[in-house]
Amino acid sequence: MSTKIEASAATASSSASKRRIPPEFNIFLVLIGIALVYEVLGWIFVGQSFLMNSQRLTIMILQVAVIGIISVGVTQVIITGGIDLSSGSVVGVTAMIAASVAQSSTWPRALFPSLTDLPAIVPIGLGLAVGLLAGLINGWLIAKTKIPPFIATLGMMVSARGLSKWYTKGQPVSGLTDQFTFIGTGIWPVIVFLVVALIFHIALRYTRYGKFTYAIGANVQAARVSGINVEAHLIKVYAIAGMLAGLAGVVTAARAQTAQAGMGVMYELDAIAAAVIGGTSLAGGVGRITGTVIGTVILGVMTSGFTFLRVDAYYQEIVKGMIIVAAVVVDVYRQKKRKTV
Amino acid sequence: MVSPTTMAAVRASGAVPNAEYLLAVEGVRKEFPGVVALDDVSFRLKRGTVHALMGENGAGKSTLMKILAGIYTPDKGQVKFKGVDIQLKSPLDALENGIAMIHQELNLMSFMTVAENIWIRREPLTRFGFVDHGEMNRKTAALFKRLNIALDPQAEVRDLSIANRQMVEIAKAVSYESDVLIMDEPTSALTEREVAHLFTIIRDLRSQGIGIVYITHKMNELFEIADEFSVFRDGKYIGTHASADVTRDDIIKMMVGREITQMFPKEVVPIGDVVLSVKDLCLKDVFHDVSFDVRAGEILGVAGLVGSGRSNVAETLFGVTPASSGTIEISGKAVKVGSPTEAIRNRMAFLTEDRKDTGCLLILDVLENMQIAVLQDKFVKMGFVDQKAVSAKCEEMARKLRVKTPNLHERIENLSGGNQQKALIGRWLLTNPRILILDEPTRGIDVGAKAEIHRLVTELARDGVAVIMISSEMPEVLGMSDRIMVMHEGRVTGFLNRAEATQVKVMELAAQ
Repeated sequence: MSTKIEASAATASSSASKRRIPPEFNIFLVLIGIALVYEVLGWIFVGQSFLMNSQRLTIMILQVAVIGIISVGVTQVIITGGIDLSSGSVVGVTAMIAASVAQSSTWPRALFPSLTDLPAIVPIGLGLAVGLLAGLINGWLIAKTKIPPFIATLGMMVSARGLSKWYTKGQPVSGLTDQFTFIGTGIWPVIVFLVVALIFHIALRYTRYGKFTYAIGANVQAARVSGINVEAHLIKVYAIAGMLAGLAGVVTAARAQTAQAGMGVMYELDAIAAAVIGGTSLAGGVGRITGTVIGTVILGVMTSGFTFLRVDAYYQEIVKGMIIVAAVVVDVYRQKKRKTV
Repeated sequence: MVSPTTMAAVRASGAVPNAEYLLAVEGVRKEFPGVVALDDVSFRLKRGTVHALMGENGAGKSTLMKILAGIYTPDKGQVKFKGVDIQLKSPLDALENGIAMIHQELNLMSFMTVAENIWIRREPLTRFGFVDHGEMNRKTAALFKRLNIALDPQAEVRDLSIANRQMVEIAKAVSYESDVLIMDEPTSALTEREVAHLFTIIRDLRSQGIGIVYITHKMNELFEIADEFSVFRDGKYIGTHASADVTRDDIIKMMVGREITQMFPKEVVPIGDVVLSVKDLCLKDVFHDVSFDVRAGEILGVAGLVGSGRSNVAETLFGVTPASSGTIEISGKAVKVGSPTEAIRNRMAFLTEDRKDTGCLLILDVLENMQIAVLQDKFVKMGFVDQKAVSAKCEEMARKLRVKTPNLHERIENLSGGNQQKALIGRWLLTNPRILILDEPTRGIDVGAKAEIHRLVTELARDGVAVIMISSEMPEVLGMSDRIMVMHEGRVTGFLNRAEATQVKVMELAAQ
């Protein structure tokens, strides 16, 4: 009996190795392609290398690390067939709240003078908690009232932004402790991003949480009949997305050494774009964190490349929009091709 | 080669002779990556006949029809329409040339009226270019009168039953003055009375000279409605015969290429204690006072017309729609089943009626589909899935159930209906259930897979599983069940033992 099972396990792994090339491979080629185009254009128009400049590459990755952290959460939401529009605003509100308890006593205009010089764990923990709460509210609304995720998170997007403005009546929060801002220095935001990506890559691929996430996105009815508590699971997924947006807010404030109510505007769209460019399907059931990481880097390379070529910021946005649409077109095309097989 | 548009002009001029065959397909081949779906297939449709296409799933019937309906282009071979070579570019092209297809999944817009659906793209207009709803409704009413359909042209499609939607589809096809009507298993969701009405309409259309291609899995329909039939197997054309000349066994032999000695391998197994006892189960406004027992090793068949509440009872038992009152006892202990999760915890399993909507995770692979239910409480440590162990179990199960797939990493949507169904049964067997609820376990799957599923259910009963099997197919219910519970309009109208049950008795209770 046991030998039989071993034999079948062997066929399972051998058939696994026969699987087609991972979809991320194509996205990775696109990334290489874009980088090479910049490299060539760089030598032609600017007279220098795009890639052989470690400082530029560092800045590039740093710029997208925060988007990447958000996108890891948003990817999971999209895999369930949902969407999260609130992450940018959650970044704003968590940045404000976390920063307000991260102020140094040397700063004369502290928001809460009695709550200065706290250990960094307090503002970081509070930021995560605020993000988690926002995500829980999103998830609860979606699971219990059955309103579309678009509407629930749109509401959160508007309200959270309002909350972040109301919190200090629009004043920035500055004078943050070194202990807190440390997490935003140097390469730390990138490390945070990669650790988060690794954790959820493992969660999606190897845990029950991941299996259920894909199952719900593939067919919510079938998932329910298979015994999955769909409501509870959706709340979990949105809560995680909220918490990651909260983490992004903390990192953003730490990196800027200040918090402003307008932080994170449009980040939700960049995060969705990174996921979609990375191969996550808006129809649900499909997507991987590895793809999202590459998608995030593609966004970074694009922006950085434009700046490098001294392309006007306006053009940058125009082209970025087109690339996002192109990514979805490619996705739709891929799905169609698969169907006829 | 004449293009369809030219064809339309030629047709209008009346220059085309009335060819004997409306459609003549010669040597058609169609390949998809890795599969030859059709290989040197020929097929002829005579004017004013109903021509049934028979064959197991994956035999190539659907591909052929999609070629006739302009959805696929053949790689090789020719299609003659009224004696003229044609090449259809799109379904619209086919429709405008007089070939209409009624799909298994109905393609109507739910939030529009019946009339709007029928005349879409061809709406009668007023002088100012607005849609003339009055005229449209009048035209629809006239069409319905001709077809003997009693429907309100202004009703919204979402309020119609499946049968009535089908009538709308047929009316739409007729409104194009089609010469050829292709129907893909039109009766799969209809009640007996609705089927009778559909057949009246089909006979009527036939007498008007329309040729009807009729795909079905149901043998008795073939004898009732079809003049001729063609059999396909593994993408190859096997033969065409007049339905009057053959017997049921002949056709089955042609379809499977082998003899099925015993259609229902029912075995008498020792019946054990009561496993599931249901008392006065109600779901408000849907079904009332349903009471029954099922014993270990027993197969309880549930018969009744579509809409009798059979499937609703199954859904309530499994916690999909929790009961509004009544009790459920499992092995003598009262249990509350408020969700499928709780049902699974009580070792129940539920194969739903609609494979696509509530069964398969279509875009995921076979493995993910099979393991999803068992992961509720097994093969998981600290949240992590023991993939190696569960994969091995799934491989073993897939082999045991003979799920035909290159490997378990194939997307389930690429499998045939029968193999999808086997994979879904595997999903539930992995949870080691003691109560198994099967809702139309063999709907829309081919004869071979059907027999395998029947054999499997018999084996499960022998192992002491209590089986509840809902089925619209009378031979299946009669052949497999130890007892039959019959429902009518949300109430249980009677029980029949295996010995006393006949088709007539079941129908009497079901139709009342």
